[in-house]
Amino acid sequence: MKRPVIALIAFAIIACLPLLGDNYLLRLGTMFAMYAVLAQSWNIIGGYAGYPSFATAAFFGLGAYTGAILQGLGWPMPLAWVAAGLLAAVFAGAMGSAILHLKGHYFAIASLVLAEVLLEVTTSWTSLTGGGMGLNLPIIRMSIAAQARLFFWSMLGLAVLTFLMSWYVSAGRIGFALRCIRQNEDASSMVGINTTRYKVVAFVMSSLFVGAAGALYASWVFYIEPPDVYSVMTTIRPIVMTMLGGAGTLLGPVIGSAIFLVIEEVVWRNFLSVHAAVLGILIVGLIFYLPNGIVGAVARRFRKRGAEKGET
Amino acid sequence: MSILELKGLTQRFGGLIAVNDVDLSVEAGEIVGLIGPNGAGKTTVVNLITGVFRPSSGTVTFKGRRLDGLKPYQISRMGVARTYQVVQPFPEMSVLENVMAPAIFAAGAPSKAEAMRAADEAIDFLGLKDLRDTLASELTLAERKRLELAKSLAMKPEVLLLDEVNAGLNPAEIEIALEMIRAIAARGVTIILIEHLMKVVMSLCSRIVVLHHGAKIAEGKPDEITKNEKVIQAYLGNRYAKANAAEKPNV
Repeated sequence: MKRPVIALIAFAIIACLPLLGDNYLLRLGTMFAMYAVLAQSWNIIGGYAGYPSFATAAFFGLGAYTGAILQGLGWPMPLAWVAAGLLAAVFAGAMGSAILHLKGHYFAIASLVLAEVLLEVTTSWTSLTGGGMGLNLPIIRMSIAAQARLFFWSMLGLAVLTFLMSWYVSAGRIGFALRCIRQNEDASSMVGINTTRYKVVAFVMSSLFVGAAGALYASWVFYIEPPDVYSVMTTIRPIVMTMLGGAGTLLGPVIGSAIFLVIEEVVWRNFLSVHAAVLGILIVGLIFYLPNGIVGAVARRFRKRGAEKGET
Repeated sequence: MSILELKGLTQRFGGLIAVNDVDLSVEAGEIVGLIGPNGAGKTTVVNLITGVFRPSSGTVTFKGRRLDGLKPYQISRMGVARTYQVVQPFPEMSVLENVMAPAIFAAGAPSKAEAMRAADEAIDFLGLKDLRDTLASELTLAERKRLELAKSLAMKPEVLLLDEVNAGLNPAEIEIALEMIRAIAARGVTIILIEHLMKVVMSLCSRIVVLHHGAKIAEGKPDEITKNEKVIQAYLGNRYAKANAAEKPNV
């Protein structure tokens, strides 16, 4: 059976999580779905195209505030989520056209600045965003348990959509062009690839569902403030998860985000006072020993075994 | 009408004039050699034709259409291909995938199957069939140079610019490369060849252009060039001229 189909079945099984009736697990499941969206999105620009983007928090925060403000104006929740995703995509398109000619570290720094600028703008624009006071979202008339299920399924649905987008990218022309760009950008344009266009498309794809996830997050937690949604950790975690699972692979980001969250929970429970340090050491170790991520290491072992068979 | 025409082509980098007022017209089906000492501006001319640089002044015309000002990807789609002096494969891809990339993006193959067919044809043509599924990073230099040729063939070019495809190859490998370039020319591809090995230039080219300090100092048939006083001083050197005269005392 094809691997993407297995992944979709896995998503379907995860969707049954509310049956267990455990709120802690349901919350963890929602977090997993959210990071699966973020990691898979980053994988398109950072994994396939090889452009080290640090703009995830910018898209996430922009989406969160867009969603929160629109819901405050009385927009229905799903419509606010869609609008947040679209606005993040437009923002990524405009900014991408400006900064994607930068390479390597320069691009990384330029993309990192996006979140910082948005953080400042959001904090200063008090009349619209509430500034440093943060923003409360309208109360939903629904039981707590029903809300938990609603946000879990919505976030998981978003993760599945992101997965389908990644699948489309990895199997098609776009993914091929992006892989060429990652390996040799000059040679790519010489074989007829419009590198600028593909890079901007990749950047937009890496923002769309992140913006929507930000809005969904805002609706889920009811209250947002600038340092929370523009947090640098929102940028770093999806990168670590993707590297852990395997950058530039279809399943890597999903597997990476699940494993990362499980490790984080275990460490958090057992080493409460020093959990950040223990987690950091674990991450460094994993990336050191698995430079191609889990999916990359497994694929390599299979290839090796195949080669040995071929010789005998 | 000539297929490729350069008029007054000039490229300045700050105070340095890398290419100075070069005129050149290439007829369809020709193999033109571009020679000159290191730093003469040969590779810059290739970069100007393929859109890597936009010329400071002057024009590049391909089949009546202006190329200067277009982007490399647009020029490659029109049918002007090049190889690099330093080979530029996609290292993590197989030979097949490397050759499929130009078939899809430059030649505009309508489907993956069609691109694979075109790539296989180019791979067979250059004798890389056995290496079809090998990663490009695992190839030898000679094989990588052949891969470059296969990539440029898969673009279905009308004009092919070869930038020192023989540099770094041993004599036996050069013989093979020569045969391949002849075979490509026999398909009707117009070739501009940048080369340091005079033997290669002499045996392949119908016409030779000599650059020195960015300017064209001579142009003509191979045997005219080897006797040209300016070319001997700037590039070939007296030893080459004497040896050449000794080989053919009656010419």
